[in-house]
Amino acid sequence: MTAGFFYLFSVLAVGSAAMVILAKNPVHAVLFLILTFFNAAGLFVLLGAEFLAMLLIVVYVGAVAVLFLFVVMMLDVDFAELKAGFIKNAKVGALVGGVVLAELVALFAFQGLTLAPARTAAAAIPSDLSNTEALGRLIYTKYVYFFQGAGMILLVAMIGAIVLTLRHREGVKRQSISEQVARGPATALEVIKVPSGGSVIPAAAKVSVRAAE
Amino acid sequence: MTIGLGHYLTVAACLFTLGIFGIFLNRKNVIVILMSIELMLLAVNINLVAFSHFNGDLVGQVFALFILTVAAAEAAIGLAIIVVYFRNRGSIAVEDINMMKG
Repeated sequence: MTAGFFYLFSVLAVGSAAMVILAKNPVHAVLFLILTFFNAAGLFVLLGAEFLAMLLIVVYVGAVAVLFLFVVMMLDVDFAELKAGFIKNAKVGALVGGVVLAELVALFAFQGLTLAPARTAAAAIPSDLSNTEALGRLIYTKYVYFFQGAGMILLVAMIGAIVLTLRHREGVKRQSISEQVARGPATALEVIKVPSGGSVIPAAAKVSVRAAE
Repeated sequence: MTIGLGHYLTVAACLFTLGIFGIFLNRKNVIVILMSIELMLLAVNINLVAFSHFNGDLVGQVFALFILTVAAAEAAIGLAIIVVYFRNRGSIAVEDINMMKG
């Protein structure tokens, strides 16, 4: 039963990962990336890491993949042009990828992957707690500084993304709250002596009338 | 047939290789390159969680959690850079990125 699910998840994960890099349309590539992450989450569940599986779906499918979709759809890029040289690159890529895969497989196929059971686990998996609770007890106590560091990384990433993409365009009417608050009689009011029988257009009004035209 | 550590490591190796292959295959398209990097990080996460399960040690999952954090931050910053670059140059082709002459 478990074996069947393992093969289902792993075949789908590898197949959709292949489609991510082969898909002509980048929107399809992002959708296949989502499928890959769903299947990887299934593998995590089989491994007893339920919390990480749900985190993978929430973070990747909910945030990162949607971000990718936004960017792909927002940028008006001619993706067909970017595909040029696909076959030429495929040869080099197949060579390098094949060498890496052969090395990785050879490493545990010929060496014989026997887990050296050191059994000096830094934090043994408790049998009476759920995965989420066990993980929470670990990261809020022993690894709390690393947890805070991860939060800091996310904060810096958020500020960096905002700083990078925020721009103030010229010529756009925008509310400036500090200017509104700083406005007082000294800056907003002008008392003009109007001669009897004549009329005076104040200088500021002239400027604004010209700007409106 | 029981599923052992080797099975999971093989799946992760395949995903990692596909990530490397994708970088070579789509070397003009930055967005697909970023997706390939995500695939490689996912493969590393599968490795860590598999070792965590078969060694009975929870620290592997904690480490996978941090890798997930860093991957999310990297994707956000990378996509922001792509948006700014597209705004300035009107293209995201990798070979056009030579303004710094590095």
